[in-house]
Amino acid sequence: MGIEILGLPMMYYIAMVAKVLVAFVFVLLTVAYATYAERKIIGHMQVRLGPMRTGWHGLLQPIADGVKLFFKEEIIPSQASTFAFLVAPLIALIPAFITFAVIPFGGVIEIAGYKIPLQIAAYYDTTARQVFDVNVGVLYILAMSSLGVYGIVLAGWASNSKYSLMGGLRASAQMISYELAAGLSIIAVFMLSGTLSLTKIVELQSGMGGFEWYLFKQPLAAFMFFICSLAEINRTPFDLPEAETELVSGFCTEYSSMKYAMFFMAEYANMVTVCALTVTLFLGGWNGPMAVAVPILGPVYFIAKVYFLMFVCMWIRATLPRYRYDQLMHLGWKVFIPVALVNIVVTGIIGYFIN
Amino acid sequence: MNPITPIINGMAITLKHMFMKPVTLQYPTERPKVAARFRGLHALNMYHDKAKCVACYLCPTVCPAKCITVEAAEDANHDKYASVYEIDMLRCIFCGYCVEACPVDAVKMTETFELANYHRQDFIYSKERLLEKQ
Repeated sequence: MGIEILGLPMMYYIAMVAKVLVAFVFVLLTVAYATYAERKIIGHMQVRLGPMRTGWHGLLQPIADGVKLFFKEEIIPSQASTFAFLVAPLIALIPAFITFAVIPFGGVIEIAGYKIPLQIAAYYDTTARQVFDVNVGVLYILAMSSLGVYGIVLAGWASNSKYSLMGGLRASAQMISYELAAGLSIIAVFMLSGTLSLTKIVELQSGMGGFEWYLFKQPLAAFMFFICSLAEINRTPFDLPEAETELVSGFCTEYSSMKYAMFFMAEYANMVTVCALTVTLFLGGWNGPMAVAVPILGPVYFIAKVYFLMFVCMWIRATLPRYRYDQLMHLGWKVFIPVALVNIVVTGIIGYFIN
Repeated sequence: MNPITPIINGMAITLKHMFMKPVTLQYPTERPKVAARFRGLHALNMYHDKAKCVACYLCPTVCPAKCITVEAAEDANHDKYASVYEIDMLRCIFCGYCVEACPVDAVKMTETFELANYHRQDFIYSKERLLEKQ
């Protein structure tokens, strides 16, 4: 405890490594079992059973899939740009995971007299008695989520195949247009909170037994942000970059074995991140009954909310068919962006008169 | 027309379906119940430990797929019987005309539907194999 490195106690580094490991393992496990949950949920929604053979009710299916993909042959097309082709899955995967660094998944817990905020990029200052986290947390998330598109575009271009290229082009157009609308709908939240720090945004939503959630103050923004995020991470009904019926498999047509699995993991990790972000911004983060008094409940509420939103993602996937490309652009540019702008103006006017 | 209500209706339907009993049959462990008049693999009926077939050639005549081969012969009691009775399951269309045509009720169709095999010659069912499936 006495040792200090760069002015910070040893405990800080131990806690940091522990938090990173816990969050990373949690996201990885969620990603693995999200594939299983998706198949099960969609199966039951189609009055089928879903996976049933591997383990009890197919519970070992994700592990079997992983092992299978791991041992499959690695195929690199002879005309592909090898370096970009190899690097693209990594570029898609890493931003999906590092976004989790700024999301607060719980309150402050105390271990051996040392207070640890349950957020990776955060530090509890004992003299100021408050949590300091990345004060531009949301900007960081927006930046990382726009990095993800490079992986997909690069994959499409490096594969040197027309389907992959089409998938990559669609992905870039779609992600760029929906990022605007998503960003604009978050602005309405900032206008209420007055801060970009995710810890503060969660704190501001703690009161009134859940009625302080920004979902109730900004229902339109919440709705639009969730839909735009679905479009940004290429989930159905906006899965045009993959579009199995038109583009074989879109940007990952030429990929096989573990590289394909990486794109798959990136997709689900993005889903976890987007759901976690929606929970943080609109559903009160880790807040819930008794969450402050009993710190261990914070992560439980957070996980429950994230899993509920992931269920909604899968539910949407089971219900809606894919958008046509022009309809997608129409929805993004002519519906969501104007509505988000009007939402900002209305929020501004109301905020001005209330204050 | 507002675009929101159809989406909500659709979501309600999928949610309702999630709580329905799945229709899936866990096939190799659960067996399907075939209908009473299901037309599966053929079988030759027996009478006093002998096949009923009198080799009248009505079944190969009526067979639209021409999959039945019959050769007649004479037994010790000077009765006509089928010395060869083969059905080529690769050609058979399971129409059941042979069963309808048979004047002595010698051929029937069973509920067996798993007819996959590894070799082409295994699909040609000889008289012995058809008798076994009683």
